[in-house]
Amino acid sequence: MEYLIGIQGPDFVLVAADNVAASSIIQMKHDYDKMFKLSEKILLLCVGEAGDTVQFAEYIQKNVQLYKMRNGYELSPAAAANFTRKNLADYLRSRTPYHVNLLLAGYDDTDGPGLYYMDYLSSLAKAPFAAHGYGAYLTLSILDRYYRPDLSRDEAVDLLKKCAEELNKRFILNLPSFTVRLIDKEGIHDLEKLTLGAK
Amino acid sequence: MALEDVCSFKERPVQHKWFSFSSLGDAAIPFPKSDYYNLRLETSENNCGVPLHFFIPPLPHSSSFINRPLSSFCPPKNSMTVQRPFRLAHGTTTLGFIFQGGVIAAADTRASAGGLVACPAVHKITPIHSHLVVTSSGSGADCMLWERILIREIRLYQLRHGHRLSIRATAKLLSSMLHPFKGTEMCVALTLCGWDNGPKLIYVCSDGARLQGDVFSVGSGSPYAYGVLDRELRWSLSKGEAISLAREAVFRATHRDAYSGNNVDLFHITAQGWIHIALHHIMLAVKMCDLSLLCHYYVQ
Repeated sequence: MEYLIGIQGPDFVLVAADNVAASSIIQMKHDYDKMFKLSEKILLLCVGEAGDTVQFAEYIQKNVQLYKMRNGYELSPAAAANFTRKNLADYLRSRTPYHVNLLLAGYDDTDGPGLYYMDYLSSLAKAPFAAHGYGAYLTLSILDRYYRPDLSRDEAVDLLKKCAEELNKRFILNLPSFTVRLIDKEGIHDLEKLTLGAK
Repeated sequence: MALEDVCSFKERPVQHKWFSFSSLGDAAIPFPKSDYYNLRLETSENNCGVPLHFFIPPLPHSSSFINRPLSSFCPPKNSMTVQRPFRLAHGTTTLGFIFQGGVIAAADTRASAGGLVACPAVHKITPIHSHLVVTSSGSGADCMLWERILIREIRLYQLRHGHRLSIRATAKLLSSMLHPFKGTEMCVALTLCGWDNGPKLIYVCSDGARLQGDVFSVGSGSPYAYGVLDRELRWSLSKGEAISLAREAVFRATHRDAYSGNNVDLFHITAQGWIHIALHHIMLAVKMCDLSLLCHYYVQ
């Protein structure tokens, strides 16, 4: 139903998420933002069960900000990803597991860009590109075929567009638009929303 | 309820009439065992962190609860569970939308219990305060309770802090209060329609969803209502057109959905507060098979 994608370049990470908030068969919202800003250079993309997504993502968001307030410096993307995974793992075998699938994208001033894939069983993997949702089955092979570690920003956006076109063509559910953001050493930039007409 | 809290009135624990104490063999049961006359009150762990002073009836042991058992207590092993005589149905059509003249909230007035119309004149739209109404859908009893709790909490906030809580904060508060009951059979889907520095429409659901938007329709009749609303809804509607559109959308939904029907309740919320538009009885004159004929009867 929901779709997340992330592509890491040499000095940036490009992420996109669909904009549909659904309730059974109805699209309740067409412009829903699934990205949560953890800090100036870290974004958390979160999909999954209805209330769990916002509840868990906001919990992580506030804790990352609290760390900054207490210690005077921000968590790095790797640290934030591991913190998120630890929380997910702790809740997994509790009475209230969170059923959420996440992508964490960030830029570290020392280590450079990073994209982390996490799923509801709290597995964590740092990957050059990743996707969540049924759409991932259709688009991961496109990413495998065309991804190169030295992609430029425009090439990455083109790769993203290829994936979106494939979804538009072959995915039975209608995902009309995607929010696209790019993280680099300057911070988080909003790119133009990706909208595809009916085919 | 509010007066109780303000005066710190200690409430006596509720009697559990739905299971007898003799069947409770287990020692570790977090229910208070109090005798009828409160002579020697045994207080065991009360509420277990559940924020409000009411108890959840023991749940049947079924596989659907294994994934998300309640965080606050374990049901006793050999408890008698209440079997409902009918299937819990969530039949309703409610809708709300924003336009240039404010917010319109509309709902049908049928309460259904399985295939029976339990009540043909239920108010599914409840005012919370002068600038906020909430449309309810899902389980009628749950909605009534949570509306009352919300009214209490908003009023308490206003008394304590001197200003009214914003609609977005109200929605977040409601969502947080509903969160402990996620995974239980409680079903509450509310749309908060109100005005604070502009029209606001927020959908809150017991699943945990909280969405702000311009148009929402909730309930079994909602797809039919969306069909009418999506075609004709524009920002520039006049008040009369908006009311007429809301009424038409609910009507079309009640026509197709068996669990919605009877009358249409309409509220219009502006910067000055909410106004209840009089109930309109839905009567359809079907001539031959011409379903496009629609007669409105205004009942004062």
